[in-house]
Amino acid sequence: MENKQQVNELVGHLFRHEAGKMVAVLTRVFGFKNIEQAEDVVHDTMLKALETWKFGKIPENPQAWLYSSAKNKAIDILRRQQLKYKIESDISYLLKSEYTLAPALNEMFTENEIKDSQLRMMFACCHQSFSPEVQITLILKTLCGLSAKEIGNAFLSNEDAVTKRLYRTKEKIRGENLTLDYPGADAMSQRTEAVLKALYLMFNEGYNSSHPEKLIREDLCEEAIRLCILLSENTKTDFPQTNALLAMMCYHVSRFDARLDDKGMIILLKDQDRNKWNRFLIEKGNEYMQLAATGAMIHDFHIEAAIASVHANAGSYEETDWKLILEMYNSLFERTANPMVDLNRCLVLGEVEGVEKAITELLKMKSLSENCYYNTTLAELYLKSGNKIKAKEYLGKALTLTASIAEIELIRKKIKQC
Amino acid sequence: MEKFMYLFRGGAQSQALSPENMQAHMQKWVGWMKSLGEKGIMVAGEPLQQTGMQVSGNKKVVTDGPFVEAKEMIGGYLIVTAKDINDAVEISKDCPIFEVDGKLEVRPVQKMEM
Repeated sequence: MENKQQVNELVGHLFRHEAGKMVAVLTRVFGFKNIEQAEDVVHDTMLKALETWKFGKIPENPQAWLYSSAKNKAIDILRRQQLKYKIESDISYLLKSEYTLAPALNEMFTENEIKDSQLRMMFACCHQSFSPEVQITLILKTLCGLSAKEIGNAFLSNEDAVTKRLYRTKEKIRGENLTLDYPGADAMSQRTEAVLKALYLMFNEGYNSSHPEKLIREDLCEEAIRLCILLSENTKTDFPQTNALLAMMCYHVSRFDARLDDKGMIILLKDQDRNKWNRFLIEKGNEYMQLAATGAMIHDFHIEAAIASVHANAGSYEETDWKLILEMYNSLFERTANPMVDLNRCLVLGEVEGVEKAITELLKMKSLSENCYYNTTLAELYLKSGNKIKAKEYLGKALTLTASIAEIELIRKKIKQC
Repeated sequence: MEKFMYLFRGGAQSQALSPENMQAHMQKWVGWMKSLGEKGIMVAGEPLQQTGMQVSGNKKVVTDGPFVEAKEMIGGYLIVTAKDINDAVEISKDCPIFEVDGKLEVRPVQKMEM
């Protein structure tokens, strides 16, 4: 009985993670343009698992059960529909003969081949003919096992919009005859860059969004990290910038439990309880940081990770090496010319050279005047300098620039302090 | 105590559930089944495959099927013991199948009276 109870507990997200793996594997088997066929097989497999296991008999090795079920369904389809003669993929020649069909499928479901398929799928999802939104949508759908509804929910968009986007993307895959082949050695670093960029955006969406559901944000971050680890583990994609991105993600996620209060309100860095920071993740971040410190190239991710590292490893807000952080922001802004980077740079400037200096610099930035965060930041600095009237003015403006309930509440609370 | 059979129709098959939803739903079922077991009222129960064969008439004609809509398909059965049909109906109301728009039929098992 004890044993049965243990078996009855499945690892969290098992279905979702395995669905993602199986879609990658089967898409490699059926070919990228037949991705829907792969998704159907996976859906049927998960449904069969649900219908069978719900009676209380969860197999001892659920993963093996799923793989064998999916494999058999795939073999059926390949035989029945004569699909095997039409498939164009790196293993299609193995599917044409009964001698090699089943062994080839077995091989595809081994750990190494699964990872290989996931990697190919990542490159395919981040193909240059897709916009960043499409890339992230495809990653979440095919590699992370999220439904259109869940993706829509994560991006505060709706299911229909996501479904339409996926439909158009699949037409494009067929139309342009895109494949799951690896980019050539000469294009590898450039294509990896695109994948990293997409994971970076996906992570940021999870980390910075004002989505009311904390779980959804954590999921996006967790998925981005999971996929980035895959890249780091593979010699083809294990670039210094891969590890730098991974380090940055670990440092940020280490603060997850400290950055929101019980009501889901954002707690500023200064006020966070550093005992709640996850030491394990900070150590992981430090490890990846070591791995990132090779080669002659400095990537933006290196600088971002380094900034996060200084924060994560500082004993307190006051002990933070603000001068070092300011230098890093200066060079990051020089490289990116990103106004949001400049905004954060000004905040750090305030710590180093005083609030007045930061306000002067911020007021020079015109491009962000309609940005909510810009206005709350200015208000924060005015409040610090004792100018409550100005602070209230900017908070009032910020109120008109956000739709997020959590943010509106936070701003209202601040206004009361003025 | 009397025996009752629950026949499950539709539910997850007819819904577009995500893998995450399916896992959550499955775990609810496992919990419900466990609670029936703990109460000592579960007699038997198995899931059924989606299709099989039909044998009919005095000519014993064998055909594939049945092919019915997902929401009408019997996905499994369960036999429980309960005081009476009302009790059996009450027990069935905790079944997770209702969360995915499924149906459940409660049928008393006919006793053979000598």
